[in-house]
Amino acid sequence: MTLWEIDIYPAEGQPDLAAERVLAGSEDLGIHHQFSLTAARGFLLQGELDAEQVECLAGQLLSDEVVETTVVAPVGDQRLQTPPRGTGRVVHVLPKPGVTDPVADSAQAAIADFQLNVSAVRTLRKYWIEDLEDVPLQRLCQKILANDAIEQVVVGPLDFKELTLGSDYVFQLITTKVCELNDQQLMQLSRETQLYLSLAEMQTIQEHFQKLNRDPTDVELETVAQTWSEHCSHKTLAGRIAYRDPQGERRFENMLRETIFAVTQEIRQQLGPQDWCVSVFEDNAGIVRFDDDFNVVFKVETHNHPSALEPYGGANTGLGGVIRDPLGTGLGAKPVCNTDVFCFAPPDTPADSLPPGVLHPRRVMQGVVSGVRDYGNRMGIPTVNGAIYFDERYSGNPLVYCGNVGILPRSKSHKEPQAGDWVVTVGGRTGRDGIHGATFSSTELHSESETVSGGAVQIGNAITEKMLLDVILEARDRGLYSAITDCGAGGFSSAVGEMGEEIGAEVWLDKAPLKYEGLSYTEIWISEAQERMVLSVPPANWEEFQKLCQSEGVEATIIGKFVPTGRLQLKYNDVEVADLSMTFLHQGRPPVVREAIYQPPSTAPLQLPSQINYVESLQQILGSLNVASKHWVIRQYDHEVQGGSVIKPLVGISNDGPSDAAVVRPVLSSRRGLVIGCGMNPRYGDLDTYHMAASAIDEAMRNCVAVGADPERIALLDNFCWGNTERPETLGSLVRSAIACYEVAQGLGTPFISGKDSLNNEFSYLDENGKRQVISIPPTLLISAMGQVADVLNCVTMDLKESGNLLYQVGVTKQELGGSHFSMIHNLTGGNVPRVDVPQAKRTFAALHRAIQNNLVRACHDMSEGGLAVAAAEMCFAGGLGAELYLNQVPSDLSQDEMPQQNTCLLFSESNSRFLCEVPRNKEKGFEQALEGVPCGKIGTVQSTAELNIQIESDGKHPAQTIARVKVDSLKKAWLTPLDW
Amino acid sequence: MPSVTVLILRAPGTNCDRETAFAFERAGALAKFVHVNRLLENPGQLPDFQILCLPGGFSYGDDIAAGRILACQIKNHLAEVLHEFREAGNLILGICNGFQVLIKSGILLDDAAATLTWNDSGKFEDRWVHLKSSQNSNVFLEGVDKFYLPIAHAEGKFVVRDTDTLGTLDQNCQLVLRYADPEGRCDGVIEYPQNPNGSVANVAGVSDQSGRILGMMPHPERHIDPTHHPQWTRRKNQAEGDGLRLFRNAVRYFE
Repeated sequence: MTLWEIDIYPAEGQPDLAAERVLAGSEDLGIHHQFSLTAARGFLLQGELDAEQVECLAGQLLSDEVVETTVVAPVGDQRLQTPPRGTGRVVHVLPKPGVTDPVADSAQAAIADFQLNVSAVRTLRKYWIEDLEDVPLQRLCQKILANDAIEQVVVGPLDFKELTLGSDYVFQLITTKVCELNDQQLMQLSRETQLYLSLAEMQTIQEHFQKLNRDPTDVELETVAQTWSEHCSHKTLAGRIAYRDPQGERRFENMLRETIFAVTQEIRQQLGPQDWCVSVFEDNAGIVRFDDDFNVVFKVETHNHPSALEPYGGANTGLGGVIRDPLGTGLGAKPVCNTDVFCFAPPDTPADSLPPGVLHPRRVMQGVVSGVRDYGNRMGIPTVNGAIYFDERYSGNPLVYCGNVGILPRSKSHKEPQAGDWVVTVGGRTGRDGIHGATFSSTELHSESETVSGGAVQIGNAITEKMLLDVILEARDRGLYSAITDCGAGGFSSAVGEMGEEIGAEVWLDKAPLKYEGLSYTEIWISEAQERMVLSVPPANWEEFQKLCQSEGVEATIIGKFVPTGRLQLKYNDVEVADLSMTFLHQGRPPVVREAIYQPPSTAPLQLPSQINYVESLQQILGSLNVASKHWVIRQYDHEVQGGSVIKPLVGISNDGPSDAAVVRPVLSSRRGLVIGCGMNPRYGDLDTYHMAASAIDEAMRNCVAVGADPERIALLDNFCWGNTERPETLGSLVRSAIACYEVAQGLGTPFISGKDSLNNEFSYLDENGKRQVISIPPTLLISAMGQVADVLNCVTMDLKESGNLLYQVGVTKQELGGSHFSMIHNLTGGNVPRVDVPQAKRTFAALHRAIQNNLVRACHDMSEGGLAVAAAEMCFAGGLGAELYLNQVPSDLSQDEMPQQNTCLLFSESNSRFLCEVPRNKEKGFEQALEGVPCGKIGTVQSTAELNIQIESDGKHPAQTIARVKVDSLKKAWLTPLDW
Repeated sequence: MPSVTVLILRAPGTNCDRETAFAFERAGALAKFVHVNRLLENPGQLPDFQILCLPGGFSYGDDIAAGRILACQIKNHLAEVLHEFREAGNLILGICNGFQVLIKSGILLDDAAATLTWNDSGKFEDRWVHLKSSQNSNVFLEGVDKFYLPIAHAEGKFVVRDTDTLGTLDQNCQLVLRYADPEGRCDGVIEYPQNPNGSVANVAGVSDQSGRILGMMPHPERHIDPTHHPQWTRRKNQAEGDGLRLFRNAVRYFE
């Protein structure tokens, strides 16, 4: 058995893109040394192969002779130690053993097609580095070339002669002593075994087993910990909360049920027979009606902690995971589009100002974007909508939200596993990856997380999931299974535990197919290996199901049976390793009782600078990271695959204007469209989380309505990411925003259909003085919205279309610069946070929708960050046109005595429920009629000269005045440049 | 009942199969999905079809290189069948990943005469491009002068073994589709992003010598409906998408 190495270099004259990337990256991260670098990709093949055979594989399969050259030799051979040019030291980077290596797996299968046999394959990257000293070299390895969480670095020749494949596992039943422990020992056990359970929970477990007169096995304890984890049970928000704010006290038995779930129930009752919700807060994703044949489902998840440790893998599996939610909803929805929203520290943060143990935000951002890109594109699902927010408080704990929308035949919207069905696992094999992901994601990160929790990081294999998807949709249509769910956090433990909750299940852990030998029964049970689904298959259908899977190369295995015992029984080689009552597992958790306090921050009025340059302010806001163009990200995603794209994320005459929401046609033969938008305002949360939540809902709705969505058919999703909610003030700010969700959604008649929370988003470290420092993220609520439009031909985009057309502002501008981007760029604090006048918002959305439906609007843009000025600028450069605006015509509630502030407010205030609309002159009357009863002002005209010209008209006493005048090109440049990577 | 039938070849990771079938159906053909495993088991079914289409996607994840593993499977097991299929006067279309597969399997051009490799930008990009067609040297492009279509790929840069090869392909009129500026100019240097990947001679699509096989990086199936056009809300005339012509040409060829 020889271990062969194949190094593949760019041929003479071909660019070395991998080397260029490393050099660019090192400059960004402050490695300013001049050095040169040659990069290769490579393979290690282990097997009975001779040189000729390996040469053949290298030439025909592994490399491309038009653009590449190869070096082939057994590991250890001198040829592999010779740099292709010059001198230099060699660095190898390889995935750690056990880390998913999709390319190696594919290569191994492809080699078999050449009638050759290899027992193992691993990929590697190889770098020849000249002129770099030890210390910066080490830094380069650590910061750029490899990530410790998943990769190993070998400087110099490879120091091994074979690829290890795991070792044999010798079964041994392990029981954990619990019954005799005191409280302190219970907590020690919880921490040391990464159960992350509270004392009350540990005591409950102890009492339960004391009654049974035995200690639990390790796997029983793990199962309880997974099921009771914050990640799986949302025990804080669905728990008892005593909430206090200046208005008084309120006690929640189940906070989520009494706010966000409740509003949907009330709306559904009000709608009566017109109720268009199908299944909310029950299944893996919320389900609503689409048309006579189909329902649509939507789910958004976070994958924050894994992405902090390994941005690529974390985001990759974050998207892979959320795609399995619709696929595991009802009897399986077909994914039709993805969303992604990220929060990072600013990418230009100096490397030496970051806390220890933190990856540089630029690297986090690049990794996260690549991770979403590679999974979404490979799945063939367009990524159509998203946002990125920057704040230094995300430095240790970035946020990665991934969403997926699916379409589901109406008759396939409900599932019901039957006693007697097989428990079947389909898709990827089980490995040691992701052990303790559920419990890990429920705790806070610290500077050593990388070493303690590295196992929680996973790498996805999108093609495994794509194959799984293809097979499941076919099996669904043939009616071959009775229930399906995804294997997410908690692995089999969660999937089987949830699916069998009402029945009971017996699982034979030794039957689960493994990636490699050596996994214990507990590891098999709690592994969070990706790309797996669990199905409930009636025995009569098993043969056909298995044949179908086989025909497409997908592995399907019976690992147990649903049995009407009300118990969860696990066996390994016929030995019982767990026997838990489903009732204890799902209802035995002691209620979490939390205190929540909301104390409004003292508000100081906002002090405006005495001199304000409007043009400079506008340029600065356009160039601020949150507002600046995200084309670098958007273009890396395939946003058109599946052929249903109607409104793309980038629109306008040069295909680069920022669209408010995306529109897709999920059914190609139909004109009906889905509208996807979002809203998020972490900066408002610093002032008041109630108004932050209200504004986020308003913004998400606005974005959808602006492109033509029917406001009566918009469904919302909530994703709360907060700091440590054991602090009453932190929980208080969350409860306050949940109350806002209830009140605003109720007023708008817009249901929430699904949601998720991620708490404990904090990062702790020891500073130079050995003092513990904690960075908590700002309260961050993402509202995602899914709207519908009857005929996509009625949709509008935000780019100005024709000179001479009229511009209307719909909605009222108020003195609301608090938390605005204007105050951000001028470093101002305090002020009024934007509020939502809910009845007014509802009327505005309805009226504007009427106008759009009747083709009275040529362009429409939501007014958000940067207010009127930014909206107008974006519409101008997206349309390649100019505009003249008369500020005195803007509908506002500002009084004359607010004069010095007035223009600033009119231009930059971020008041909610406002739109800027372009209306053809011959539609003027019709538009004004449609908007009757809604504040609305004719504030300007579209100009053929690409200039933004902001004026105040003469009132008879004062002459007309030009407030700001600027070329649209310069505004566009300010907006395009910051993230043009 | 349509008389022209299309075999849409699926492999693990193929993902543009549905919309490509939809485009063929819009053009009047009947499309059938066949998994590559079924074709490997029974290559004899290929002559039942008039058109073979390899749609876009990431066959086998594009692991190793884009289209490489499927290309090897075809080269090792199906080369002869495909050759006979073409000789019988049938059509083969490879879009994006399908083009990568056709070129790397030696079906489209001589083995290792040319390849599709990493974009100069080093990353996947989705953007719309102007294309100039040489019209009458390939069945699919007959009568089409210009196209406006999206590309969505990471490895779409057309590179030839040497300049002689490029000359020969050009002389044989095989470089049938090129990235162009909005006016349709496609010779000389066309700068990024109009040439989105750095392809030699701005090549976006290649024909075999018979004119019955076409491989192209842009996606004609993504410009069928008027609302596919990225600026449809600016246009008065909501005509059908440019891409549909290509599918109609293929169907008309048999009528």
